Amino acid sequence: MSALIDTLETDHEGYLKRRSDWTAALAEELALADGIELTEGHWEVINFLQEYYENYEIAPAIRILTKQIGKRYGQEKGNSRYLYELFPKGPAKQACRYAGLPKPTGCV
Amino acid sequence: MNDSQPVAAAEVPSVVGRYRVIPLIREGAMSNEHSAVADASVQQQLKLPGTLVEDWHDRAIARLGELVASRRGLRVFLDTCTKCGACTDKCHYFLGTHDARNMPVARQDLLRSVYRRYFTFAGRFFPWLVGARKLDKALLQDWYNYFHQCSECRRCTVFCPKGIDTSEVTMAGREILASVGLGQQYSQEIITKVNSIGNNLGMKAPALAHVLESLEEDILEETGVPVRLPLDDPDADMLVVTPSADFFAEPHVDGLIGYAKVLHQSGIRWTFSSAASEAANFALFTGQHDHMRDIALRIRNAAVELNVSRLVIGECGHAWRVAYSFLDALVGPMNFLEAAHPRAQHICELTHELLESGVIRLDAERNRGKVVTYHDSCNVARGAGMGNIKGGQFTIPRELLVASVPQVIDMSRDTTHQRTFCCGGGGGLLTDDLMNVRIKGALPRAQALREVVTSHQVTHLVAICAICKTQLSAVLPHHDLANVQVTSLHQLVGDALLLDGNKANT
Repeated sequence: MSALIDTLETDHEGYLKRRSDWTAALAEELALADGIELTEGHWEVINFLQEYYENYEIAPAIRILTKQIGKRYGQEKGNSRYLYELFPKGPAKQACRYAGLPKPTGCV
Repeated sequence: MNDSQPVAAAEVPSVVGRYRVIPLIREGAMSNEHSAVADASVQQQLKLPGTLVEDWHDRAIARLGELVASRRGLRVFLDTCTKCGACTDKCHYFLGTHDARNMPVARQDLLRSVYRRYFTFAGRFFPWLVGARKLDKALLQDWYNYFHQCSECRRCTVFCPKGIDTSEVTMAGREILASVGLGQQYSQEIITKVNSIGNNLGMKAPALAHVLESLEEDILEETGVPVRLPLDDPDADMLVVTPSADFFAEPHVDGLIGYAKVLHQSGIRWTFSSAASEAANFALFTGQHDHMRDIALRIRNAAVELNVSRLVIGECGHAWRVAYSFLDALVGPMNFLEAAHPRAQHICELTHELLESGVIRLDAERNRGKVVTYHDSCNVARGAGMGNIKGGQFTIPRELLVASVPQVIDMSRDTTHQRTFCCGGGGGLLTDDLMNVRIKGALPRAQALREVVTSHQVTHLVAICAICKTQLSAVLPHHDLANVQVTSLHQLVGDALLLDGNKANT
């Protein structure tokens, strides 16, 4: 199987170097490789991450992410337990990779 | 069976942790653990070669020569080791990995043996007698791998009869590696972000402002009090500089909320700065003194620009070491600070001062049900003091905890205070590509924690360092301690604080 990701430039941890390379099909492929089939709930998060990045040039803080997802899609989704169920390796890192955003750096 | 017996027995730690037992050696167990080498573009932004240079051997030796000539301490540390072995079982990475090269003496010897070969009489003429050897490609690789399995925590130094500061040897090793083109991606990329944007995260001013506004909203909702988190306030008297993880990660952000509540109640006019939105100084880890100065200078410049007379540093271990021990040497004199507070203060020191003088009051009952223990961060414990009292770096945070929480339990004394074990992620190792090293390196801390979880049902592990908080949250589940909540000290202080007008007061 020729993977989409193999044709694109990434950093050593598999994050896209150019956001313009991102496609929805790529997100599906990256998730599938981790055994995750993207649902509407996943896409709500991925879409929010991309929108936030568009405005602020960085992924949102976890607290902002949970608050905004809760506001938009219902309070039952506005907590980190829900987000970790969707993205078991952590919403900041795993979801950012699927969304084509660079990985947050620093002591995080 | 006597039911009342266990109460008295529980006061004495009874579980003997494995950190007191020297493990069997597994030669080369970690020789392939490898943190990603810095991209050419990152290296070049720092005016370093993008890839390994052709004449790496000559340049590495020349750089080593320059370092031993200019850093007298380094030369003394390289000359004076007698290989007595006192340090061997004091390193958390050795205890966790069993790799003999993670014994501090052996890790240092990777560099010391080369120093002997090129810079000492005996090593030049009788190398086989003094364990001196030439630098070759395989040894260069060992330098890279093992100097990134040291968190520069300096626990071994406490036990060294000669007082050799191993971290200085690690820093020199990394500095030489970067100078021939082998910087570490994690640390070097972070330094480029501080230089270009002002913090390790790469969070620009609009994003920072948005986070702070959102937190003000949250605090107002929780307490009914309009607590502010000001940014670039020109009328502020005090600049607070904190690790940028406090703006981004959990549980760090809850500590940030705690600072804001304390400062609100104090009545002090304070601000964050968008130009110096980072307390951390990763150049301490990479050993590059010029970078360390550049990063420290951002803080000084912001303080002068905002015309403040006080400077306070948030919960960050190595930031505090730099601020307490090196700030004057790097960018001093800090003569714009007021006479009553002539140097940077730690946020814990400030909160403690406010508590002692009765400006703020804490009610430990508000944290009822929590049983906490305190993890001394290595750079605070061994790299700095706090307040104007001897040992303040140990007593001040603990006194704040005792005032904030009904039950505070210390871990075994050979794992706290000056003998504290590193969290396993310090010194530039907090990167996912070193996760195996991080999990193993956390073993002694996890063992000591397990003792108090078993004996006193500890629920919270408190730290005052962004790296410790991230690392321990990530690795404790691997040591079957997922139920222990890693917590910022100022979260507990903020929750215990009597805030005027708080809904919860009535």
